Amino acid sequence: MPAAFRNPVTLALIVLALIILLGSTFSIVPETRQAVVVRFGEPVAIYNPYKANESFGKTGAGIKARLPFADQVVWIDKRIQSVEMERQQVLSTDQLRLQVDAFARYRIVNPLRMYISAGTEERVEDALRPILGSALRNELGKRTFAALLSPERGQVMNNIEAGLDRVARQYGAEVIDVRIKRADLPDGTPLQSAFQRMRTARQQEALTIRAQGEKQAQIIRAEADATAAKIYAESFGKDAGFYDFYRAMQAYRRTFDPKANGETSIILSPDNDFLREFRGR
Amino acid sequence: MREKRYALSRRFASFLKRPVLAMAQGPWGGKPGDSDGTGDGEASDGASEGPRNPWTQPSGGGRREGSEGSGRRSSLIDDLMQRSRKGFGGGGGGGPRGGFPGGAEARSLWPIALAIIVILWIALTSFHRIGPQERGVVLLFGKYSRTLSPGIGLTLPSPLETVETVDVEEIRTIDIGSVAGDSENLVLTGDQNIIDLAYSVRWNIRDAELYKFQIADPDSTIREVAESAMRSVVATVSLTDALGAGRTAIEQQVEQRMQDILNGYRAGVRVQGVAIKQADPPAAVNDAFKEVSAAQQAAQTYLNEARAYAQQLSARSEAESAAFDKVYEQYRLAPDVTRRRMYYETMEAILAETDKTVVETGNVTPYLPLSEVKRRAQAAQDNAASGQGGQ
Repeated sequence: MPAAFRNPVTLALIVLALIILLGSTFSIVPETRQAVVVRFGEPVAIYNPYKANESFGKTGAGIKARLPFADQVVWIDKRIQSVEMERQQVLSTDQLRLQVDAFARYRIVNPLRMYISAGTEERVEDALRPILGSALRNELGKRTFAALLSPERGQVMNNIEAGLDRVARQYGAEVIDVRIKRADLPDGTPLQSAFQRMRTARQQEALTIRAQGEKQAQIIRAEADATAAKIYAESFGKDAGFYDFYRAMQAYRRTFDPKANGETSIILSPDNDFLREFRGR
Repeated sequence: MREKRYALSRRFASFLKRPVLAMAQGPWGGKPGDSDGTGDGEASDGASEGPRNPWTQPSGGGRREGSEGSGRRSSLIDDLMQRSRKGFGGGGGGGPRGGFPGGAEARSLWPIALAIIVILWIALTSFHRIGPQERGVVLLFGKYSRTLSPGIGLTLPSPLETVETVDVEEIRTIDIGSVAGDSENLVLTGDQNIIDLAYSVRWNIRDAELYKFQIADPDSTIREVAESAMRSVVATVSLTDALGAGRTAIEQQVEQRMQDILNGYRAGVRVQGVAIKQADPPAAVNDAFKEVSAAQQAAQTYLNEARAYAQQLSARSEAESAAFDKVYEQYRLAPDVTRRRMYYETMEAILAETDKTVVETGNVTPYLPLSEVKRRAQAAQDNAASGQGGQ
């Protein structure tokens, strides 16, 4: 052994140099990333590029070697990422305003293209965000307010997705989907007038329910009256003359009842039928 | 070579023994007879072996000087210091036989320590305990290799293979909107009405590796997907459905839609369920909604009253007609007698209780004492009033 290797300082330096050399030669490519290898500014290789429907374990991830010091690795996320659009006001064709929050999900499928056209992932996101906004405004602006709430919305979303995807391809990205997170009426007058409309609709409903209830009640009463009349007629109609008498007797009893209100004084003529026998004829 | 190994093991043995001796002698110290006996034996043994034994000179001397513990301890510390100084400083000390033996021993300890560390490292990073609710995702140099099932999993040691454990059974819950009144999560329904919605989504991880590798920020993605799915489903139903009857259907549709979207992302997530905790009209229009339920109650009240009236009326009519029928049956058997009887009975009942005046027409001028009638009526009223007051 040469003496130089026994000196711990030299030894440490050598080990350090080896580590640096190893580190700049081998890199561990995780499943979640892809990389472009750049040699003096010129892209020479791509590690672990995205392929559709590949299963993990069969990807290009793992340990990779490169030319030390000359090659530089640019890491690019391989996972699905999202770009969110800040709240936007969208005007529908029937001049109604809607506040829309949307997000798009994308994945960088062509790392080389992305590296050439955008450089970094942040720039891709920055480029996509305003395009998402304008695509959304354009597409939603062609529809009526009601259409934005209907199942037709799916078609709208597909159009936006297609429009955004066209642009995203230029940055080596693929748009997976675009979704509206929220679509609300803007605060202030539109919201208040919507509330007012709901309120009046409820009041209308309340009044209708009340009126319907009254109607039903009246019908029930009338039916009861009719049934009673029928029962009376069936029974009393057997002998109208006797009914007249019978009912009169009942009426007298009730009318002249001393317990009823009012004092009763009766002045009878001797010609009265009741007093017929009184005369002793 | 063999000789050297022998010496090494001996030295190692003595190295291990040393702290035991120090412990045994330190606290007692004063007894020269028994405890020192073993120490002396060891010391003399070392002395006979010559310069290889590190104890010989300093410890032997210390022991001879006095039996106080303090002296013994300081000599031990001196010894250690000295030997360590030799170990580091004696780079050019030469072979194990020449020069001071301390340097050789310290240097030969290095590989042992290193080996222990490496063995420990391998043991600690190759065995992984995976809990029953977990899966371990094994990465070989960052590349997905396999997924460990619950139990003890064996992998290559750390820099080669790493394991990330993921809890797949735990049901995670995302709450969107709140039941508390301070904030509203307003959602548009299909008939352009607005409701205040609060719901929660329960999910767990189906595929640990997909969950780990597929989406940059899975948790917030699931949240956004939930919100988007819920809004798009609510936008297809009417207000009344959203407020009441259609809730279960909405929950199922949202669950299905979320699962479809997440499967489209290959997110490795299973949506366990969506629960609508609250679907209310917004606070601003709540009064109007209460009015509706008040109207429903009022309508019900009207109906109840009408039904009560109907029952009463039908019962009365049936009773009266039944009574009439009974009497009429008897009347038909003897019409004249019954008629007269009823007439007299009625008149009797009435006239027996009332004031009556019989006026013979012709020679008596009919005089109706209206004032008298009035007065009596008044008196009767007063009587009634005092009677009531007295009670």
